[in-house]
Amino acid sequence: MRRKINIVKKVFAYLLLTFGALTMIIPFLWMISTALKEPGQIFTMPPVWIPKPVVWENFSRVWNAIPFGKFFLNSFKVSLLGTLGTLISCSWAAFAFARLRFPGKDAFFAIVMLTMMIPGQVTMIPVFVIMKYLGWYDTHFPLWVPSCFGQAFGIFLLRQFFMSLPSELDDAAKIDGCNYFEIYWRIYLPLSKPALATLGVLTFMGSWNNLLGPVIYLKTIEKFTLMVGLSFFQGQYYTDYSLLMTGALISILPILVLYIVAQKYFVQGIALTEIKG
Amino acid sequence: MQLKIRDKEIKNKVSYNKQETLWALFFLSPKIIGLVFFTLGPVIASFLISFTDWDLVSKPIWIGLDNYKHLIRNDVFVKSLITTCYYTVVSVPLGLVLSLLLAVAMNQKIKGIVVFRTAFFLPVISSMVAIALLWRWIYNSQYGLLNYFLGLICIPPQNWLGNTKLAMPSLIAMSVWKGLGYNMMIWLAALQGIPEDLYEAARIDGASKWQQFKNITVPLLSPTTFLLLILGLINSFQVFEQSFVMTGGGPAKATLTIVLYLFSNAFEWLRMGYASAMAYILALIIFVLTLIQFKYQKKWVHY
Repeated sequence: MRRKINIVKKVFAYLLLTFGALTMIIPFLWMISTALKEPGQIFTMPPVWIPKPVVWENFSRVWNAIPFGKFFLNSFKVSLLGTLGTLISCSWAAFAFARLRFPGKDAFFAIVMLTMMIPGQVTMIPVFVIMKYLGWYDTHFPLWVPSCFGQAFGIFLLRQFFMSLPSELDDAAKIDGCNYFEIYWRIYLPLSKPALATLGVLTFMGSWNNLLGPVIYLKTIEKFTLMVGLSFFQGQYYTDYSLLMTGALISILPILVLYIVAQKYFVQGIALTEIKG
Repeated sequence: MQLKIRDKEIKNKVSYNKQETLWALFFLSPKIIGLVFFTLGPVIASFLISFTDWDLVSKPIWIGLDNYKHLIRNDVFVKSLITTCYYTVVSVPLGLVLSLLLAVAMNQKIKGIVVFRTAFFLPVISSMVAIALLWRWIYNSQYGLLNYFLGLICIPPQNWLGNTKLAMPSLIAMSVWKGLGYNMMIWLAALQGIPEDLYEAARIDGASKWQQFKNITVPLLSPTTFLLLILGLINSFQVFEQSFVMTGGGPAKATLTIVLYLFSNAFEWLRMGYASAMAYILALIIFVLTLIQFKYQKKWVHY
């Protein structure tokens, strides 16, 4: 009797998951299908799933019609710099919180953690004023420089990891005459590759997908990142869905590749959100 | 003599290594600068700006509480508040329940977890811009995929994004769809943390599946429920990209959210003081709601 119930449970689970997975995938299949169609072909009812003919021109069209290549490179540059800045600044702070003793450490850490609760809109305007004052309006600096000054979530993540490493390592290094920076650089960083990878992957994805920052700070079209570019040119190509879908598809690909390659780091990163609670 | 030595010992226990502290200062310097210029400083500055009338070009004029007084009577702002509340109240519970269902299914020791997980993660890792463009196409009233599927079951085509009553629900559906995978993974991690023995014991005592769920799963999941509820609340009140990309706040401001209105005020109309006041009202709402959740925590969250 119990085995019967178990089988029913499993079948039900499979059905639910398959149905759910299909709801996730079908829109993307539709995106790909539209991207491979001639513009005239997309407005047919009932919809044609496999385009006849399969048209690859959209991919070159999107590169020519709008400065797509520039957008792509801009996004890549901003995300890469932002990720590097985050990894360095967060690992520094995490190292201090995890391994050094200094007055006010606990209080300071609590303050840093509390900043996670501040909604971005509250800091958005004064930071914009600062950026304008620095002459950084319509440049890429506001998009990645703030990341070089530490993110609370990253500090939390790396601190957890550093604390899990045996402190005997420090002692051994100190006996060998290492100063704290050498301990950080030669011991903690190399051992933290998984944690750094997790933080790096999440940060890169966040920066790549970010829209608000670039929308606020960028004015010259050539400087746009991918997301702003897509959103902006939506106006010009409002009904050219084959072009828009091609652009959307290309914008997803890098993160998709990153996900396929570094899946476990994405999953770990999400699991850590739970611990944060 | 003995007292003196004891005092010295106590002093040594409490005193910090000066070198270590300086090193800490070094390692923390980026974060300290960040706190001053990008976090705490702006929080204070924003508060002050909210009491001014400022367009960034001319000098800020101190107007006291005028921004706040005006906002309360601003129909558009109030409407955006209501719209955002509507979005939150529907999308958060809906998303949590659906993702929990999926997580329970995933927890059944089935094969192909990686495949399923990848499928559910596709929307999560895609940017909201790409998703919004895709769904704008899907929601197209004449040639969109959704109306096609509905047509197969004899439901007439709808103007999803152009109808004031349907626009927000359309955005909600899309947002819930996008976030399912993420919440599902968190639920799954929590479910996997519940020891099998509890269910075994309950089964021996004759508890039904539903009773097991109600009396074991739900209470043990409550910390995660609490966490996801708070995160969901905080995030959904800040909803912006969907409206910005898909509808621009329309039709007839049906999808105008607080942050979208704030954004327009700050960066399109350069009403910095007004927008800062809005930001603080938003922050206050989020704070109060979070506080309420924490207060109620004791009543239903089991640790």
